[in-house]
Amino acid sequence: MINWGNFISQCFNGLVLGALLALISSGLTIIYGTLGVLNLAHGAMFMLGGYAGWLAYAYTGSFIVAVITGSLFGMLVGVATERIVIRHFYSRPHEDQLLVTFGLGIVFVEVVRFFFGSLSKMVPPPAGLVGITPLGFMFYPTYRLALLGIVAVALIALYIVLYRTRIGMIVRAGIEDSVMVDSLGIDVYKVFMLVFGIGAMAAGFAGIVNAPVVSIAPDVGEGILVQTFVVVVIGGVGSFPGAVLGGFVAGEIVSITSMFNPAYSYIMLFVAMTLVLVLRPYGLLGTAGRE
Amino acid sequence: MRSQRPFLIEALTAIGLIAAPFVLPYLAFTPTTMSRIVVWGLFGIGFDILFGFTGLLSFGQSAFYGTGGMVAAYLLIRMGFPSVVLAVIIGMIVAAVVGYLIGLIALRRTGIYFAMITVAIAEVFYFVEFNPLAEYTGGENGLPGVPTPKLPLGFTTIHFDTDWKLYAFFGFWYFIGIVIALRIVRSPVGVIFSAIRDNPLRAAAVGHNVHGYKLTAFVIAAAYAGFAGGLLGVLQGFMPPEAFTFDTSGQLVIQTAIGGAGTLFGPLLGATVWLYLSDFFQNTLHLGATWKLVLGVVFVLLVCFLRRGLIGGIKDLYELVVRPAPKDAAAAASPGAAGASGKTSGEIRVAAPTPRRPRAADTISGPILEAIDLTKRYDGLIANSDINFSVRSGEVRGIIGPNGAGKTTFFRMLTCEVPPTSGKITFEGHDITGKSVTDVCQLGLTKSYQVNQLFTRLTVRQNLTISALAERRGKFRLDLFKHIRKIRGLTEQVEHTLDLVNLTGRADVPVSALAYGEKRRLEIGLALASSPSLLLLDEPLAGMSPSERAETVKLLKSIAHGRTMVVIDHDMDSLFEVVERITVLQEGRVLVEGTPEEIKSNTAVQEAYLGGVVAA
Repeated sequence: MINWGNFISQCFNGLVLGALLALISSGLTIIYGTLGVLNLAHGAMFMLGGYAGWLAYAYTGSFIVAVITGSLFGMLVGVATERIVIRHFYSRPHEDQLLVTFGLGIVFVEVVRFFFGSLSKMVPPPAGLVGITPLGFMFYPTYRLALLGIVAVALIALYIVLYRTRIGMIVRAGIEDSVMVDSLGIDVYKVFMLVFGIGAMAAGFAGIVNAPVVSIAPDVGEGILVQTFVVVVIGGVGSFPGAVLGGFVAGEIVSITSMFNPAYSYIMLFVAMTLVLVLRPYGLLGTAGRE
Repeated sequence: MRSQRPFLIEALTAIGLIAAPFVLPYLAFTPTTMSRIVVWGLFGIGFDILFGFTGLLSFGQSAFYGTGGMVAAYLLIRMGFPSVVLAVIIGMIVAAVVGYLIGLIALRRTGIYFAMITVAIAEVFYFVEFNPLAEYTGGENGLPGVPTPKLPLGFTTIHFDTDWKLYAFFGFWYFIGIVIALRIVRSPVGVIFSAIRDNPLRAAAVGHNVHGYKLTAFVIAAAYAGFAGGLLGVLQGFMPPEAFTFDTSGQLVIQTAIGGAGTLFGPLLGATVWLYLSDFFQNTLHLGATWKLVLGVVFVLLVCFLRRGLIGGIKDLYELVVRPAPKDAAAAASPGAAGASGKTSGEIRVAAPTPRRPRAADTISGPILEAIDLTKRYDGLIANSDINFSVRSGEVRGIIGPNGAGKTTFFRMLTCEVPPTSGKITFEGHDITGKSVTDVCQLGLTKSYQVNQLFTRLTVRQNLTISALAERRGKFRLDLFKHIRKIRGLTEQVEHTLDLVNLTGRADVPVSALAYGEKRRLEIGLALASSPSLLLLDEPLAGMSPSERAETVKLLKSIAHGRTMVVIDHDMDSLFEVVERITVLQEGRVLVEGTPEEIKSNTAVQEAYLGGVVAA
């Protein structure tokens, strides 16, 4: 009954989607963990990265330039947002932070719609990664295979930044206790700006590298944002390893369910989230007290 | 909400709804736009109770809006239901039941988690509507053919078949909705909602079932959403699947924030602004899709600069113009307060203990509280070990000990904020080990906190009312339609506590405007207002100036009369004045226990405080 070739290829799809979700969710979760702000504009930043990359590709024809532009633009938007708006909201209630990032998300989406219209844009994969690759037991689109590698590299890079550098140590300390970090004589605001930038860059990077798989449109970030929330709830808010694990779990659930009935993929994702909430309220790798 | 004019707001709402058709068309409002505004406003009333009053920001209200609407539309179109109103009400009930089930999941967590979970759940409803249930909901086509309502009067039938008649129909239901909501927010439950918004931990600690009340607010919001969803179908003549989208939830949040949360009317005002501007931008200025960009920018600016929405802004402006010097008013009030304290400074009032609910254990003699072999470990760290401690009824006990002796941990175990690693606590003969802090407070054991835990956005009187309510009503009761003034003995209890902690002259001042010493007294008042049979005070004198200390010691002496109290403090001279016996903790153990004189002359205590090595 089960077509095993199909099953394995869906598992691969799950890995690709999972890696992507892991990357975007990591961005969201380190921002939340460090700054205490849930960025509802994160999906829009994913979309902005895609558009910036698409624009760069349209002018230069180079995929590499597109990826770099998308990531840097994501970072730029993140840093600017933190400096101009978010900074004034640290002392305000969580609800206000949600409202303002939600509003910013709308503005980002509508600005893009204003300049580029509602029709979706496609960025083709780079020349060497077109077509399909025989894997012995199945054929799989080459770019998707490459994407798995690209995102894995990005995740490892993020890991190295967070766990092997001085700045990463400060960020992780900030996740535990940002007041303490501040009183150690480290300019915590500079760290906040940097973290927001890195988090947004992760979203922007994901936005452009995903563009050859799913074409980009102004509201492409909305669905991604919701999936990211599920990932973070499953993995545990504020936890980088949790976001990675949650990403892969979510990716596989969506892909494997799609094989049987795509309509239920979202519902299964929700069921998984509910199960986690009931059995481990703080997420698979989360710790108590981080709200 | 002035007490002397009880139905003023209701009357003004009715006048506003009736006057609108005679005024707003001159501003280019169409009857359909006005109907849409009213339906959004009704949807928003429930959301405002959830967000503005209870502090729970949900981004998933579309789930209930859509559910109520689809159920009503299905009943009317596919089942041939005769009555529109009945169908809409059934839709509301279904939405409320769904809200209850979803609330059980979403309310497992608070804050950010809650917001994310509601988004995710609403998204699932959208998918369910589109796919598995498409046969019933029409999938992406929705359900066309919702009939307009008819009202049979016997001799004739009113058919709401024109735009203006429909407006009258929706306006009527908005009015009903606002009347019910006003009753809810004026009920004890409404006050407890505000308490949960301001400080959920303290709301639980004074004896309210916080989870139960949150779930109540969630179900109320779902019911309003369901009802409004049903009306949406009637308004459009068809039930659109778009009701289920994230955009719907988002628009509701935006409109409420624009109008002003926590006002009940904010969503209506927000909807007026939002829908009017979107019509204006699209139809008059022909901005096309850009209207949403403009409105998005407006919204961001509003959140940044007008924190409490338009209604909040209008209120601030009103106070600026009409009452130009609120500071003078405060200054005028404080001499009164000073006078009140001056009056009492001469003699110590012997305050009668607050009349309280008779409790089963009142007749039991022997220790009121007993802790046996109480131990608390945090991983390797032993905070308390094998503490045996008992307090007689009517006793006033002090606990002292150097920093890190485990005093606060010990208190937290007694009030069941943290469970002990091992050991047992009995209170009035009940084993309370492992109970919740709420249940223990209901039994009559409560504490005042070392760091103030107040309801900061409320007034002194409201703070004490919240605490007294828990004692009067128990931990959970759904008296949604009972006016708070009708609770027997509540006013007396609040007034009495105000008098006791010497804040009568400051009763209607918001907590944020109190001086530190006043806040400390209110902190003690919050514990007192629940008429505990055993009161624990965690460093009541911490951080006070010498004069505030003297004042508070006097207060402690007056409340000690006829009460059982346990007091932690570092100020030994003050403590010795108040208490009869003292327990000294050191390194998590009981070092010694005795009268103040015995403690003063005890060499082990002196060594502990002077840092000498205690011989084992």
